[in-house]
Amino acid sequence: MSLLLNSLGHETILGIAQAAGAIALCLAVVLLCRWFGVRAGREAAISLARGLMQMTVVGVVLALLLHGNVLIGLLILLIMAVAAAVTASSRLPEIPDALLLSFFAIASGAAVVIVAMLAMRALQSDVAILVPVGSMIIANAMNACAQAAERFKSEVTAHVGQIEAGLALGADPAATVAPFVQRAVYASLLPRLDMLKSLGLVWIPGVMAGMMVSGVNPLYAGIYQFVVVTMILASSGIAGLFITLLLRSRAFTPAAQLTLREQISTKRH
Amino acid sequence: MSKRQKLVRSSLERDSQGLVALQTKKLSRVVAGKVLVEDVSVEVRAGEVLAVVGPSGAGKSSFLRLLNRLDEPTGGTVLVNGHDYRTIAPKALRRRVGMVMQRPYLFPGTVAANIAFGPAQRGETLSAAEIALLLDRVRLSGYQDRDVISLSGGEAQRVGLARTIANGPEAFLLDEPTSALDELAARDVEELVSDIVHERGLTCVIVTHDRSQAIRLARRTMVLESGKMVAIGPTKEVMARVSTAE
Repeated sequence: MSLLLNSLGHETILGIAQAAGAIALCLAVVLLCRWFGVRAGREAAISLARGLMQMTVVGVVLALLLHGNVLIGLLILLIMAVAAAVTASSRLPEIPDALLLSFFAIASGAAVVIVAMLAMRALQSDVAILVPVGSMIIANAMNACAQAAERFKSEVTAHVGQIEAGLALGADPAATVAPFVQRAVYASLLPRLDMLKSLGLVWIPGVMAGMMVSGVNPLYAGIYQFVVVTMILASSGIAGLFITLLLRSRAFTPAAQLTLREQISTKRH
Repeated sequence: MSKRQKLVRSSLERDSQGLVALQTKKLSRVVAGKVLVEDVSVEVRAGEVLAVVGPSGAGKSSFLRLLNRLDEPTGGTVLVNGHDYRTIAPKALRRRVGMVMQRPYLFPGTVAANIAFGPAQRGETLSAAEIALLLDRVRLSGYQDRDVISLSGGEAQRVGLARTIANGPEAFLLDEPTSALDELAARDVEELVSDIVHERGLTCVIVTHDRSQAIRLARRTMVLESGKMVAIGPTKEVMARVSTAE
């Protein structure tokens, strides 16, 4: 409790003032948009309120657990992965077990990368470091999962005739959707590939800036940021690939019949 | 009598004596409470051409998809040469019971790659000579290297036919193969279908909304309405009965 009280010092008050300033600027932009007929006021207000509340809770939880056990850190990441799976699976209402599939894809991508980073000592087991870096990896895995799933679903539904023509010629289901699996996984990787390409040129990520402010050698800070973004790409690749392969297996029956189209149309009607 | 007429006649004689190649037993499919096909029992003899007609939404295409097991029956089954088709691996079943759809749905690439697709799924490679022969058969000699994007509707449908024949099927399921074509191309494809079916002695089920096409191609016709079989018999008799009822 003393940790929590300590954190409510001058910096907290400054943070609240800065948040108020940021909200005021956003509200001004919302009003400007409204002037041009763009009505985003309600959604912006909800998003601002949710964002502020969620980050305040995270700050409080981290303050409480700052020097906690590694297991507590892993538990927090597990909860984050579940929340990410809930978000990603909301785009797949027609797929049975979408939540489970999304969780498996996101957790696999994040777990492989976090374990690798811990093994390489690129990540420390301190909650204060493990949770923020882990959350970045989980968030990107979630985005990759949602993007791959959405792309695969739309490719399959747009090519039902071609897929069934292949099935009618005796093709394996996997062969009939192979180009769509490739496109879906690639589409999910593209934002992360662009992120890696533009690293240092278009943006200098917050972690690097934070490390430099804390007095870390800028060269190491730069290389470390590259490691983090590369690991984000790896976790996204695993999540995107796994969710696509899992969806592919759910798109057909054991008798090689395409059911994804039917699931979508049944759900819509 | 022309060569074509002789082929059709010999085929008609053969199918009156043939064994049952395809048989549906109380075949049904219901999706989300909607009846698509209901208790359809029909026999198709080896080498016979059976036409399936009926109004839009009668379940004709659904019936054909069930024969190819692209959809799963919710009731009844299909026997292929006396064997329940659920005991046959789907890949093998679909090679034996080939299907030509309303639109050809060619795969991106060349005509040759499309024709070689079916055998390639079984690890077999069609030689250039075999591909050329199949293209000759559908009157598209020299089209091997053409990109499918450059084909007309009629040409694409003929490539679709050649692609299905390349699998060496015993039975042919045709889902309104000429409905998306202009009159000239439609007649051309219809003649080609008729020739191929008769010269190879293929058992054939053709869905058509064109009654005159049914009369030209099929000896027997089945009428579907709301998923149910309401009439079956010699095509001309069935058509006369349907016309009288209307």
